[in-house]
Amino acid sequence: MELHDVWFVLIAVLWIGYFFLEGFDFGVGVLTKLLARDRTEKRVLINTIGPVWDGNEVWLLTAGGATFAAFPEWYATLFSGFYLPLLLILVCLIIRGVAFEYRAKRPEDQWQTNWERAIFWTSLIPAFLWGVAFANIVRGVKIDQNKEYVGTLLDLLNVYSVLGGLVTLTLFTFHGAVFTSLKTVGEIRDRSRALATRLGVVTAVLALVFLIWTQVSRGDATSLVAMAVAVLALVAALGCNLAGREGWSFALSGVTIAAAVAMLFLTLFPNVMPSSLDAAWNLTVTNASSSPYTLKIMTWCAAIATPLVLLYQGWTYWVFRKRIGTQHIAEAAH
Amino acid sequence: MDLALAPETLARWQFGITTVYHFLFVPLTISLAALTAGLQTAWVRTEKEKYLRATKFWGKLFLINIAMGVVTGIVQEFQFGMNWSDYSRFVGDIFGAPLAFEALIAFFFESTFIGLWIFGWDKLPKKIHLACIWMVSIGTVLSAYFILAANSWMQHPVGYKINEATGRAELTDFWAVLTQNTALTQFFHTITAAFLVGGAFMVGISAFHLARKRHVPVMRSSLRLGLVVLIIAGMGTAISGDLLGKVMFKQQPMKMAAAEALWDGEAPAPFSVFAYGDVEKGHNKVAIEIPGLLSFLANDDFSSFVPGINDVNKAEQEKFGPGDYRPNIPVAYWGFRWMIGFGMASLGIGVLGLWLTRKKFLLPPGLRTGDDEVPHLVLFRTALSPKLTRWYWIVALWTMGFPLIANSWGWIFTEMGRQPWVVYGVLRTRDAVSPSVSQAEVLTSMIVFTLLYAVLAVIEVRLLVKYVKAGPPELTEADLNPPKRIGGDDAHADRPMAFSY
Repeated sequence: MELHDVWFVLIAVLWIGYFFLEGFDFGVGVLTKLLARDRTEKRVLINTIGPVWDGNEVWLLTAGGATFAAFPEWYATLFSGFYLPLLLILVCLIIRGVAFEYRAKRPEDQWQTNWERAIFWTSLIPAFLWGVAFANIVRGVKIDQNKEYVGTLLDLLNVYSVLGGLVTLTLFTFHGAVFTSLKTVGEIRDRSRALATRLGVVTAVLALVFLIWTQVSRGDATSLVAMAVAVLALVAALGCNLAGREGWSFALSGVTIAAAVAMLFLTLFPNVMPSSLDAAWNLTVTNASSSPYTLKIMTWCAAIATPLVLLYQGWTYWVFRKRIGTQHIAEAAH
Repeated sequence: MDLALAPETLARWQFGITTVYHFLFVPLTISLAALTAGLQTAWVRTEKEKYLRATKFWGKLFLINIAMGVVTGIVQEFQFGMNWSDYSRFVGDIFGAPLAFEALIAFFFESTFIGLWIFGWDKLPKKIHLACIWMVSIGTVLSAYFILAANSWMQHPVGYKINEATGRAELTDFWAVLTQNTALTQFFHTITAAFLVGGAFMVGISAFHLARKRHVPVMRSSLRLGLVVLIIAGMGTAISGDLLGKVMFKQQPMKMAAAEALWDGEAPAPFSVFAYGDVEKGHNKVAIEIPGLLSFLANDDFSSFVPGINDVNKAEQEKFGPGDYRPNIPVAYWGFRWMIGFGMASLGIGVLGLWLTRKKFLLPPGLRTGDDEVPHLVLFRTALSPKLTRWYWIVALWTMGFPLIANSWGWIFTEMGRQPWVVYGVLRTRDAVSPSVSQAEVLTSMIVFTLLYAVLAVIEVRLLVKYVKAGPPELTEADLNPPKRIGGDDAHADRPMAFSY
């Protein structure tokens, strides 16, 4: 296994980390509309991710930075090619971060309502668009011999990619509902579990179609294994949720996300961004990667920093391990 | 040539707008994180309530500010790929590494521990909670270091070779990229400039309250802390600026010649105080100068030769082929002056403030004040008149904006002064832009970012003003009795969270 293969795996790990973590906080954002009945319940939900969403988002920045360093050609083609969808994601993430931080900082009803709407939409849109983006990467897009994206915006909207978007949206919302049933207490916890069941069924149907489509058109034996893990974990997550095993259910919905992302990366390898015009123009782990020297330095950095990150981020979850209910939400002091 | 339609023009405007905007929040984040951490340390060590109230007050303003810094920073991580894909392809091998380091080491640090700090008041024992804000502070400084190392490589590329086969730059010595003198001096200069912003911010807001005789114990301590920081940082920017200037005279003589509107080399070279000239013909019509000073800034003596714009342009034409290698001279010239002018004005107002509010032995006994009194402003042996006192407080309030203006112009100067290069001597800006992104797309994103940022600026400033006016909060029972156990004491299981969104 050469270093650029290692980095292909590490980039996959970063995206898995991102979708596992921000997956549930996107889901919680969507649930503020689907689940919460009043403002206090909205705040219960928002506060389950309050201390952690920012750290979760850094997985995305790290995936971006690591792609830049390890596969500059991939970074360049992907982000210049998917320009407008990425713009929309960035705008959402900007508004979303400010919304969490500023929502409670003024007492006016209109102010809080506006930010609550913002939290819902800016969680929903990226949760959908990331699926669209990844489905397009797997499907292959119009890349020319100069490694430039030559398609249009409409080329990115096709049945497969929209289905991919719906899968990530429902999967993240399910993951979020499982998370909130694990992190809340009281009546909202029961409703959260009930909603998780319904979301889980929808997710299972959509995900099954999408993953089978992916497997049939691009899969091999390894991706089949990943797909099997994803599907089984999703079914098991649903079962655990029904049985009231919230911790297990959350771990399994996490495994679903990890296995599904792993499957997409397995179907890609050794490509990182296949061209739909000519297979000779595919971006691959070899023709898109940095020099061995850069990869070596990056590997050292990742080898030392990543375990530390996991350690202190994990510790954060432990510090805030207690469930939150409406009784914990103070009338905000302004 | 129609400049407005050059492919890189819109991309440059967008980069300029988003980056200068981002950098309004960055220096305040860097400095306020450390200052808040310092105040909280004072609370933990002395248990004086005024320090806890100060921590909460400045901490809240810090959080309002860092939220904007964080979200506008997301754009920075991606816009090299979005708008500068050829740049990314060409330099990713080198430039990507410090960016990835920044994310992996600094961003994770910052954003994880900020969450712990915000929500940790009733979840963490006092000292661990304090450690969290210091971790945030360390994260901000590390982040600055990595991104400045990356920028320094654009100013002065080292530790690389051009791979002829792929046509890309490749890293050969990462240590050189991280430790070259450009990176170290630029880091020194940027960090001191950041503390200039934080110091002035504290001075301005303290002055606002002291002028109204409100929240005196907290604001009196804050004023003093702000003034000391302002002065140390001000002197630091001057020293580091001088060092950085000398580095730049060697590495980018064009930038410094443009900064001085020095058209033709001279020995000794004068420092220009004011100039108005003709860029096309390449000379100044009006110039007020201090003889010999530029030679000193460049080479530490008052007699040596400093090459001019026309000399460097000719030398670069011989080296890199025909073309115009001059940056926008008026922007470089005035940017350099706004930077120094506003930076040093902040320092001056700080020095004046520290002298006016001096304590104890330097002050006649009758004018000394207690910790809960507004200090008299004493010029020599008597206090200033109420009118002059009011004026000082007003000037101090306005000073808040000065270092921000200086920081912005500093960056505009150093980035525009490097043009037409994006990587000096290696890659031209026009060759760095994304070929696959249309003008319409760039225009769309530029308008979206500009409008969004404008709306957010209004929201942010109004929120800051609200919390500035509200002053430090009253302390609660919970504030004064932090938990002994990690995760919070069990006795209070149903108590509302100390902080919630």
